[in-house]
Amino acid sequence: MFGRPLLRTSYEQDAAMLPTAFQKGALAAFMLAVVLMGLGNSVFTWLPSSLLGPTWINPVTNLLPLAIAALGFNILVGVTGQVSIGHSFFMGVGAYTAVALGGTGDGVKACVPFHDELGLLDQTGQCGLDFPMWIWLPAAGIMAALVGIFVSPAAVKVRGLYLAIVTLGLVFIGLHLGRMLPEYAGDFESGRRWPSLDIKIWREETPLVQMTEDGKWFGLIHLSEEQKQFFFLLALLVVFTILAKNIIRSRTGRALAAIRDRDIAAEVMGVPEFKYKRIGFALSSFYAGIGGALWASYLGRASPVDWNLFLAVDFIAILLIGGVGTIVGTLLGTVFVELIPDVVETFTEWLAEQTEAAPPLGWIANLLLTEGEGDFGPISLASTAPGWPMSVFQWNFVIYGVLIVIFLIFEPLGLYGIWIKIRNYWKRWPFSY
Amino acid sequence: MSIATALLANAGTTFIQTLVKALALGSVYILIALGFVIIFKGTQVLNFAAGAISMAGAIFLAIMVGDGGLPFLPFDNPLAPSLDDPDLVLWLINLVIVLFIAALFGLVIERIAIRPMVGQPLFAMAVITLGIEVAIRPFNLDATAIQARTLNVPWGADAWELWGAQIPKSYVAAMIIATIAGAVVILFYRSRLGVAMRAVAFDQEAAMAQGINVGRVFAIAWGLGAALAALGAIVYGMAPFPPGGQVSQEIHPILALRVLPVIVLGGLDSASGAVYGGLIIASAEVFAGEYLSQWNSTLGSGYSTIVPYVVMLIVLLVKPYGLFGTAEVRRV
Repeated sequence: MFGRPLLRTSYEQDAAMLPTAFQKGALAAFMLAVVLMGLGNSVFTWLPSSLLGPTWINPVTNLLPLAIAALGFNILVGVTGQVSIGHSFFMGVGAYTAVALGGTGDGVKACVPFHDELGLLDQTGQCGLDFPMWIWLPAAGIMAALVGIFVSPAAVKVRGLYLAIVTLGLVFIGLHLGRMLPEYAGDFESGRRWPSLDIKIWREETPLVQMTEDGKWFGLIHLSEEQKQFFFLLALLVVFTILAKNIIRSRTGRALAAIRDRDIAAEVMGVPEFKYKRIGFALSSFYAGIGGALWASYLGRASPVDWNLFLAVDFIAILLIGGVGTIVGTLLGTVFVELIPDVVETFTEWLAEQTEAAPPLGWIANLLLTEGEGDFGPISLASTAPGWPMSVFQWNFVIYGVLIVIFLIFEPLGLYGIWIKIRNYWKRWPFSY
Repeated sequence: MSIATALLANAGTTFIQTLVKALALGSVYILIALGFVIIFKGTQVLNFAAGAISMAGAIFLAIMVGDGGLPFLPFDNPLAPSLDDPDLVLWLINLVIVLFIAALFGLVIERIAIRPMVGQPLFAMAVITLGIEVAIRPFNLDATAIQARTLNVPWGADAWELWGAQIPKSYVAAMIIATIAGAVVILFYRSRLGVAMRAVAFDQEAAMAQGINVGRVFAIAWGLGAALAALGAIVYGMAPFPPGGQVSQEIHPILALRVLPVIVLGGLDSASGAVYGGLIIASAEVFAGEYLSQWNSTLGSGYSTIVPYVVMLIVLLVKPYGLFGTAEVRRV
């Protein structure tokens, strides 16, 4: 087994989820590290809180639902090869479904669209049926998938850049629908509250698993609110990752990849093109709906403007920086893209403390940062003041755009491609090829 | 009877005003769409960065004629027209200078980000421009345009009156500028360089084999496209488009995205398609905004901005490559 790990004697071995022992070990070690990171201070009390404390668990939890949505985007763009800039629209559909079914609201009447005009209620009510999560979470995915199937007649016909623009149009139509239907979406700017991630059996007062307060889980381990949400979303991400991997290596996945590689050739070989494109859209939208519902519920509050073009561009960046068409790449890309802002912010804070430091470091810090009037430097430390020395928040957008360009020019396969290069170098070592 | 006549006259006035508005908005769309089409025809890149490029051009002009400064430089603009009574000639000179700066901007982007990607898939090139858009946008929105800047147009918000209808001078100016730009583009495509560009669009390698300098064609396509996009955004900053006549943080960044339905409708690689698409989409948007406004509460406020996308979706269902686009020949 260790002698020739690449020798495959059956199709089962070739299609295995983790073909080599190294991959199994690496994954196990990684999962252990992630779980330990989540446990952090509640178990390892001797660790410094800046390393594994509340500073990092929130950004990391935030990216878990986005990773689920990104897996769906990978199925559509990476595996099926259909370029979309409309993923945030489907996330919005899922999130609205979740809040309509799971949120607290003003009863069934409020769920009729345009009830104001129909005269059903005196004032604008909000739709929310207060169902538990095991209803609203699958419903969010299914609803998004249905919407995906509904728009697919337009989407399967057009190709390439035309498809990208069509899906971009969906984002704007979605934003407008959010403004039109405040009974689902809440106020256009401030939004509304989403249901919490509590696991309930029905509408009982004390949920089966409490997510919004610190406490003991299963009477075993004391966890904070953040840690509970982290582990719950992590478990869901693992489930959906396995599901995505299984879809990709099944008959459906092979058909999708055949369409990506050459659609006419796929059709000649008996893969119905429109049918599988529709399946690709439905799968991708399903993931987007689940991801959107979980993300909005984790944030607790979301508004229609959250499902905008920038969120959709985020997913393109995730796929390109991580590596198109691979699950590992998608997850790597999500972590990379979503954590850059936090890393840059932490770095700037650290740099701000170094302005009085020894010459080389102190000079760099003074050169980059602006503190108050009359100081030259592109980064302003005051987060609220707009104007030329831009805040870190604004610079993050610049860095993010430049990263997309750099990765596309120099490493089109993304982080996954870099990993492959490193791996191949060591595999062949000491020979260069 | 007199009431009926008055109503009829009123309806006529409304119609004329709406028609002029549609033609003016169509002119803006045509300008930016021509920018998209020239770049796509020349280099096979769908330029998502057009939004940032066009807004940068509009802001540069606002800095030069509104603030009387120079972009990036701590000097006063020696050619700045006066704020109270701007001189038309000086204003136009500033406009031409800004268009050259915008063209230079396009050249720089092409040289840095697009040239290394020649031969890559269309999607990768389009996403590069998306990255450029994201990177430039903070400079447009936060670093330079914190407040809405006036463009200080010589004719301001003045209007002519025609049969009782108000026809703003800016709308007429937009139509004239779009006509001139369209004529320039048509003449350009007939010139030696334009023929070279069409050859490159048809087959890059074959064009190269005939001795055409493909790199120069790329550069010219980007320069021209960026200048046209900037011109469109500047025209859209004239008085009655945004009521105050300024470069706005709300409408200017998404202006180029609103033009995407236009080029999809006309076909990504068709200059005449951009003209027809611009007129169709602008008419649909403006007329729907005017004549469906009684259903505002049902359709939601601002529904007219969605009309272009809906029209685009319907057209694409029937004609997947737009009205005038070249259908891709599919081979195994």
